[in-house]
Amino acid sequence: MNNKELEQVEIEVLIDSIRRRYGFDFSNYSQASFKRRLQHYLKLKNINRISDLIPAMLHDPATFKTFLFNLSIPVTEMFRDPQAFQVVRQKVVPMLSTYPSIKIWHAGCASGEEVYALAIVLVEEGLYDRCQIYATDFNDQVLKMAEEGIYPTERIKEYTLNYQKAGGKRSLSDYYLSRYEAVIMNSALRKRIVFANHNLMGDASFGEMQLIVCRNVLIYFNQSLKEEVLQVFAESLAPRGYLWLGTKEDVGLPGLRNEFKTIDSRQKIFQKK
Amino acid sequence: MHKWRKFEAVVIGGSSGAIDAIRTLVSHLPGEFPVPVICVLHLHPHSQNESMIQLLSGHGSLKVLEAEHRMQIKAGRMYLAPPNYHLLVEPGELTLSLNVDEKVNMSRPSIDVLFESAADAYGDRLIGIMLSGASHDGAAGLQRIKEQGGITIVQDPETAQAPIMPKAAMVAGRVDFVLPVAEIAELLLLKCPGGKKA
Ligand SMILES: C[S@@+](CC[C@H](N)C(=O)[O-])C[C@H]1O[C@@H](n2cnc3c(N)ncnc32)[C@H](O)[C@@H]1O
Repeated sequence: MNNKELEQVEIEVLIDSIRRRYGFDFSNYSQASFKRRLQHYLKLKNINRISDLIPAMLHDPATFKTFLFNLSIPVTEMFRDPQAFQVVRQKVVPMLSTYPSIKIWHAGCASGEEVYALAIVLVEEGLYDRCQIYATDFNDQVLKMAEEGIYPTERIKEYTLNYQKAGGKRSLSDYYLSRYEAVIMNSALRKRIVFANHNLMGDASFGEMQLIVCRNVLIYFNQSLKEEVLQVFAESLAPRGYLWLGTKEDVGLPGLRNEFKTIDSRQKIFQKK
Repeated sequence: MHKWRKFEAVVIGGSSGAIDAIRTLVSHLPGEFPVPVICVLHLHPHSQNESMIQLLSGHGSLKVLEAEHRMQIKAGRMYLAPPNYHLLVEPGELTLSLNVDEKVNMSRPSIDVLFESAADAYGDRLIGIMLSGASHDGAAGLQRIKEQGGITIVQDPETAQAPIMPKAAMVAGRVDFVLPVAEIAELLLLKCPGGKKA
């Protein structure tokens, strides 16, 4: 057995240990990305071999927690793909505005930047007060950051540019307070958001959503988990509810073809049939 | 050494000055080049690949396209990483994979990310090429390709518009070939026989 094959065995044993101990099955994740995160974690913790990580993973839940955190840390931004937010304003908002109350599920919200961006759009379109947003992730630590809504100032320049390109109607600085090296999102933006833990691998569907936002999450899953999650989304949407995926998500999935019609193929916006 | 090793992929990295280099390379490769070519070039996150694809398509007969998530990797094609996503190779199934993980070497897409995942997926059946550029991204990845037994090629820094990247790759470890771009193309045709001449 060469080193590469040996490493493959180690990865499989690790994944199996995590699955049996904590119920998270990472064999459903894209291997290439998972492996990179794993190597990143080993380097961070100064661990030589993947198999050296297994005892701690089995016996110490805290190790699993930090590992999970490392799998999802700061990989989000405000108004990523500004064009997509414009299309949402043009094609989704008009339909949402016909509802007296609007339920939105934001799945895989990470540290929350994207859900605040969505809240800003809804405020500017005059819909926010009618909305209830459920922002979920399977990582409690990022959910906590999302709930606090405190972000490093150094990224604001990029977000401001994104906001303008996304069709922003005011100034992004209207929505946060600056405190030296950090900005704090206005608490008014949080008023209609509930943050909650939800695991897309296995947790139940939500009821009767008008819109589900799930961007750059499925991209980390293999085809069979993607199909399962799409099924959950289809069940969670009200008739003619919208599904908004990440711009580079692959959409050649039977579940998507069968249950949804395409509203914008470039920005990956779909509507339940 | 495997004298008759059949290569399965070529990966290319570059940043400033690399567009000209890739253009030259493409103009020397036949449309039936028997091995897929996968590229990461550093571009602005809001830039579009369309103009690049047009530019490159006009310069040779290789089919140039933007890499899409879960696309099957095929010979006779050149894949370009989309801006603001990392591009990886899924081992086993040999499909392309995108993700939005944090930047590596201040870059997304990062050349290291492509090179390292490709080295894992293809082992010694991979050729890695470092072109002109002004960063250190790719140097570690090229080393990984070498460690896995692949062939590593660096654009001769003397001929590169931005020599930092080729030089960094040479400092990071031994590379197999240091050549001007036209000769890199000739070497590729030699290592990957089968396609008709351009
Ligand atoms: C790349 S981030 C995407 C954040 C944001 N939607 C965006 O596009 O910027 C992926 C998020 O998905 C979450 N995630 C991954 N697997 C999950 C699962 N099985 N259930 C719930 N959330 C998951 C991660 O914790 C992470 O916060």
